[in-house]
Amino acid sequence: MNASSDAATRRSSPGSVRRDFQPWNDPAAKPLVEFRNVTKRFGKVTAVDALSLSIHAREFFALLGPSGCGKTTLMRMLAGFEQPDEGEILLDGVDITTVPPHQRPVNMMFQSYALFPHLSVGDNIAYGLKREGLPKAQVRERVDAMLKRVRLNGFEGRRPDQLSGGQRQRVALARALVKQPKLLLLDEPLGALDKKLREATQYELMDLQTDLGLTFMVVTHDQDEAMTMADRMAVMDQGRLLQIAPPDLIYEAPANRFVAEFVGDINLIEGRVTAVEGDLVTLENQHVGVIELDEDAPSCQPGDALAIGLRPEKIGLSHDEPQQAVNKVAGEIWDIGYLGDMTMIQVMVGGDEGKLLKVSLTNRTRRIERPFAWEDRVWLSWDIEAGLVLAS
Amino acid sequence: MRRFGSFHLAALVLGFAFLYLPIVALIAYSFNASRLVTVWGGFSTHWYVALFNNQPLLDAAWLTIRVALVSATLAAGLGTLAALALVRYRSFAGRTLFSGMVLAPLVMPEVITGLSLLLLFVAGDIERGYWTVVIAHATFSLGFACIVVQARLAGFDRSLEEAARDLGATPLTTFFTVTLPLIWPAVLAAWMLAFTLSLDDLVIASFTSGPGATTLPMRLYSAIRLGVSPEINAACTILIGAVAVTVIAASLLLKREALAGEKG
Amino acid sequence: MSGAVPRAAGGCGLLVAAIPYLWLLAFFLAPFLIVLRIALSDAATDQPPYAPHFLGFDALGEFFAGLDFENFRLLGEDALYWQSYLSSLRIAGLTTLIALALGYPLAYAMAMAPKRWQSILLLLVVLPFWTSFLIRVYAWIGILRPQGLLDMALGWLGLASEPLRLLNTDTAVLIGMVYSYLPFMVLPLYTTLQKLDGTLVEAAADLGATPLTSFRTVTLPLSLPGILAGSALVFIPAIGEFVIPDLLGGPDTLMVGKVLWSEFFSNRDWPLASAVAIVLLIVLVLPLVLLQRAGRAAR
Repeated sequence: MNASSDAATRRSSPGSVRRDFQPWNDPAAKPLVEFRNVTKRFGKVTAVDALSLSIHAREFFALLGPSGCGKTTLMRMLAGFEQPDEGEILLDGVDITTVPPHQRPVNMMFQSYALFPHLSVGDNIAYGLKREGLPKAQVRERVDAMLKRVRLNGFEGRRPDQLSGGQRQRVALARALVKQPKLLLLDEPLGALDKKLREATQYELMDLQTDLGLTFMVVTHDQDEAMTMADRMAVMDQGRLLQIAPPDLIYEAPANRFVAEFVGDINLIEGRVTAVEGDLVTLENQHVGVIELDEDAPSCQPGDALAIGLRPEKIGLSHDEPQQAVNKVAGEIWDIGYLGDMTMIQVMVGGDEGKLLKVSLTNRTRRIERPFAWEDRVWLSWDIEAGLVLAS
Repeated sequence: MRRFGSFHLAALVLGFAFLYLPIVALIAYSFNASRLVTVWGGFSTHWYVALFNNQPLLDAAWLTIRVALVSATLAAGLGTLAALALVRYRSFAGRTLFSGMVLAPLVMPEVITGLSLLLLFVAGDIERGYWTVVIAHATFSLGFACIVVQARLAGFDRSLEEAARDLGATPLTTFFTVTLPLIWPAVLAAWMLAFTLSLDDLVIASFTSGPGATTLPMRLYSAIRLGVSPEINAACTILIGAVAVTVIAASLLLKREALAGEKG
Repeated sequence: MSGAVPRAAGGCGLLVAAIPYLWLLAFFLAPFLIVLRIALSDAATDQPPYAPHFLGFDALGEFFAGLDFENFRLLGEDALYWQSYLSSLRIAGLTTLIALALGYPLAYAMAMAPKRWQSILLLLVVLPFWTSFLIRVYAWIGILRPQGLLDMALGWLGLASEPLRLLNTDTAVLIGMVYSYLPFMVLPLYTTLQKLDGTLVEAAADLGATPLTSFRTVTLPLSLPGILAGSALVFIPAIGEFVIPDLLGGPDTLMVGKVLWSEFFSNRDWPLASAVAIVLLIVLVLPLVLLQRAGRAAR
């Protein structure tokens, strides 16, 4: 986590959607949600391990991690379905650790949507408002407004089983939103939708969140989803938060090896440091050879073992030796995967028993003059900014 | 490869003939004009008329229905609570004993259930009659009711209840607005099962009822011991008709429910 | 993650369980303990109405002092009792076998029948099970009795001129039992056979098995759980059956249920009837345990 805050001060966030919305960098800002040293165990398994986290008002926060990492437990503790064994949870500065779910100003959109099958769409959306004891006319008014908002007007009399997957997703969203929660939790909100619909819905969710000025917390295992929507995302593994940062920093400056490998594709190269001169680190790998990279205030010494990561799109590929490049290595093409918008090429460097490196090429033109083919001898090159030093 | 051949057809025809011919014969002879069961004396509804003038039999039938209504309601209510306890709460003190007691009546011979309850009523100096039969029937059909509701609860999506809680419903409101409406068909099916079990029972009622509380099966039983008569056939036919209508209605209800479940 | 029950539900759950729990303690466990106590008491001093003194705490010592195994000794000594247990086991066993032999082809044919027939066929199997036991037994009295429907039909076909005199024999009891319990056998068999993956039989045929071999080596072993479940559902209630042997059986038809009934209602020997009940439960639990073992082995 220290690595991430270092990175945040060091770089701007070119990928951030809202450039001036960065309350997490403001030491005076009061967070909306605060986890303080929260631990949750199920029998012998520790699902959430002494975790601390702050989420700010109007933030779109995504929690990303492999299944079983504890992200669902974290969300269920916020909703009130699980009680932490240790630590406390604060909402708007109030300790809500022991408040039962029905008294929390937090609402959740369930992964399965959990629409009441015996109630119509209208009654599903009205359910939460009726529990507040609002007058009928007001319930009706707010339900109608919400139905319009999620483009379901005219559907209020239908049963959930008479709706398409996308419509059901919108009912589930409307049912939670109509309560005007301080915080909306979304558990794999797009998991049940097909690819095209998922993309469109991502942008709808983002618009809704900014329009209504709400705070969203999404739990997902889909990194594209998290990176597209989130202002900040947290990567979680084995009950711990490994990094909290805007998506571009998670990708370009991962805090450690797990984050680097979990988010996006990466080539891992392990070597030994041969020289450190100011910000310039030189290391050597038996297959790739000498690599130079630029690292702010490097903490390594010559002789240290060091792992670096190289994203496939940061590597250049050519038939001829690039004369200008600082980092370059010759190899042979072993595999080509054509994906339409881009091509993934696997190159073996350092001989047949050497190291396989992934390179991705964007297919910017319809025809390539000298296309690459299997068994071509090629050159890989990258600049000193491309390599990432990875803590294990 | 699912070929349905003549062998299968023969098995079906013979199997169902075995199951239904005795009942068909019984119904047919209830319309026999002759008192001699062996001789077909022509079609007559004479025995049905006689039946409706048989006051002790009518009294017994009315008592049986009252017992069945109350005991089925008790059994369905207690069975639903028992099912909720068994499905929802994985560990509480004496859970093993509890599930054992719920399920034991399913395998317990009726003679034993009847005998033990009678001995309890005698020990407690409780006068035997309508209420002792109701208690006995509720106790032995509780287990059946519990199993029916349990099956429904096992497939219940817990996130629906969580959603209700999340939207501001207290645990009690959640139960009445979400859980109960969704398990209602099973509760109804459990009630119908308990109702027919009570309607049907001879052995337990014989042990637990007292003078002045003779149920229909008890009266039929003593009549049957005296011999075959068209009047009994007529009474049986009415019972068969009533049960057939109930069961077909129940199965249609459950089928509709299952279809809705598949869609959802 | 979802297995845990929220803490808040604890109190509520206790209440939910408590009501049926107390009911069963009062009307299931207590009566059962009374049966056990009376089975161990002296017929001479504890004749009805026996004193319910043992319900008090001070009677606990008395309880152990008063234990009397005389009733159980009587059960062992008098041939009538142990013969009736053996006879019950024999009749229940035969009933199970015959029901299996009749029920399997029926269940198999039902499972093979076109999909749209199946729910109707299922209803047809269940329907007789819902009609009164007494009625179904009564129907057979009309069929089996001398000059009954069976004799008439056989005479009309010219197959037999003499009455068969089946009523009030063990054969009549068997027929009545098989008839009454057949649905219990067919239902679980149908459920397992219907779930059976049809491609397995195709795979067996593809690998060179004749229809008979594929039935013997694929279908039959895979339907074993259904066979065991059906057998248990028939065997268990058959052992303690009272109505069928009473109405269809003869004076020499011995079954425990009938013995218990007459011990209680005719001889008014409550302690002995209780002892018969206790032993019947033991006789019942043993095959249950064996069946469960067999079921576990089959899996």
